[in-house]
Amino acid sequence: MGLKISFMTAGGVRISALAATVFSLAACAGAPGPDGINDPYEDTNRNVHAFNRGLDRALVGPASKGYGSVVPEPVQRVVGNVAGTLDLPGDIANNLLQFRIGDAAQNTLRLAVNLTMGVGGVFDASTAIGLPGKPTDFGETLHVWGVGEGVYVELPFAGPSTARDTVGIAVDVALNPVRLALPEREAAAATVMKLFSRLGDRDRFSETVESILYDSADSYAQARLLYLQNRRFELGQDAAAADGAADDGFIDPYEDPYAE
Amino acid sequence: MPNDTFLSRRGFVAGLVAGLAALTLPRSAAAFTVDQARTLVDSTVADINSIISSGKGEAGMLRDFEQLFARYADVPTIARSALGPAARQASKAQLSGFTKAFQGYISRKYGRRFREFIGGRIEVNDARAVKSYFEVISTAYLQGSSPFEVRWHVSDKSGKSLFFNIIIEGVNMLASERTEIGALLDQRGGDLDRLIADMATL
Repeated sequence: MGLKISFMTAGGVRISALAATVFSLAACAGAPGPDGINDPYEDTNRNVHAFNRGLDRALVGPASKGYGSVVPEPVQRVVGNVAGTLDLPGDIANNLLQFRIGDAAQNTLRLAVNLTMGVGGVFDASTAIGLPGKPTDFGETLHVWGVGEGVYVELPFAGPSTARDTVGIAVDVALNPVRLALPEREAAAATVMKLFSRLGDRDRFSETVESILYDSADSYAQARLLYLQNRRFELGQDAAAADGAADDGFIDPYEDPYAE
Repeated sequence: MPNDTFLSRRGFVAGLVAGLAALTLPRSAAAFTVDQARTLVDSTVADINSIISSGKGEAGMLRDFEQLFARYADVPTIARSALGPAARQASKAQLSGFTKAFQGYISRKYGRRFREFIGGRIEVNDARAVKSYFEVISTAYLQGSSPFEVRWHVSDKSGKSLFFNIIIEGVNMLASERTEIGALLDQRGGDLDRLIADMATL
């Protein structure tokens, strides 16, 4: 099923075994319904969603507001830049595993520019010179290898995901080159930096996040729809651009099944 | 199974013929409407920008957004689609009441977030005919976030060029509103009249 990675090293083989497991998980969990949503664990997911919502209301939301108002914006930008640079080695590894050599080259160049001209990642010099990042993750790598998205899950703390993307997160965390390369204390500092950067994101996108979590009638269903549509868009972008197809997400309200 | 092969081959040839016909016959008509679709989105974007930079208060801006939505979007079709299966049982009066309530609700919901657009801009990149509709592809440049893609689905089935869906980075407004309206209706035990009355305050 597209898992032609037998030439890889022991690590790769372990990952491929994992990928094969996910694939079979995804395969036996049944196809998505007519609405494109495959959510057999909805009851459990809704409980997790209630937990995440409570967590955001009590802790993450207020903390992000505090972070956004106390920390000056230039410092927030530096935190975001450093966190972004720390993500690059993992992105490059995934670019390579996806056989996207161009993306890997661009991210490598980005890493080099930000570490030198950007003074160790403090400034995002690459974006300034027209070299935007090509962020990716192991969930995307699995997608490139032919693994289906599997069932929808909402993860505690991390939020909306799918079976495939959950494995992706686990692999990205476990095999993150930065964490493996750095001594323990520096690795911990890198993690803290990322958490602060996430708080900054939560603050910057607070209107969007809050409109979904607190203003919608069914925040679980909205978050699920939003995640799946946006994730499929991210993953399908290249293919859609290549063959010029654009009917993903097309609803024809003029030939509505609900029309009289 | 020779029968299957025959069928699929016949289907293929039929598809090819239809495809060629589509390529050759209505070319000029289609091109004309692609331009219309593009013009529609260009004017919509220009109007959004002028509302935002008008310096009016929030209430005034929301009124302007509602006018803009009514002018450039196929509101009755969007409303009926958002209502989903319930639209089938609705009476004519209910449907028109819902359409009116929906128009205000959508304008307030999206209009309230105009602040995110201040200092930003939307650029139209491309327009094309896809199947039974037209797609206009634009990029939104907002302050504090990387540029993102906004697709407008435009149709002239209502008699003139109007948009019926907006897709932001894959996220589909029509699908999202179907979910939202469905949930709102469930909360009211499927009582459409109550929903229509309540929507004025949403």
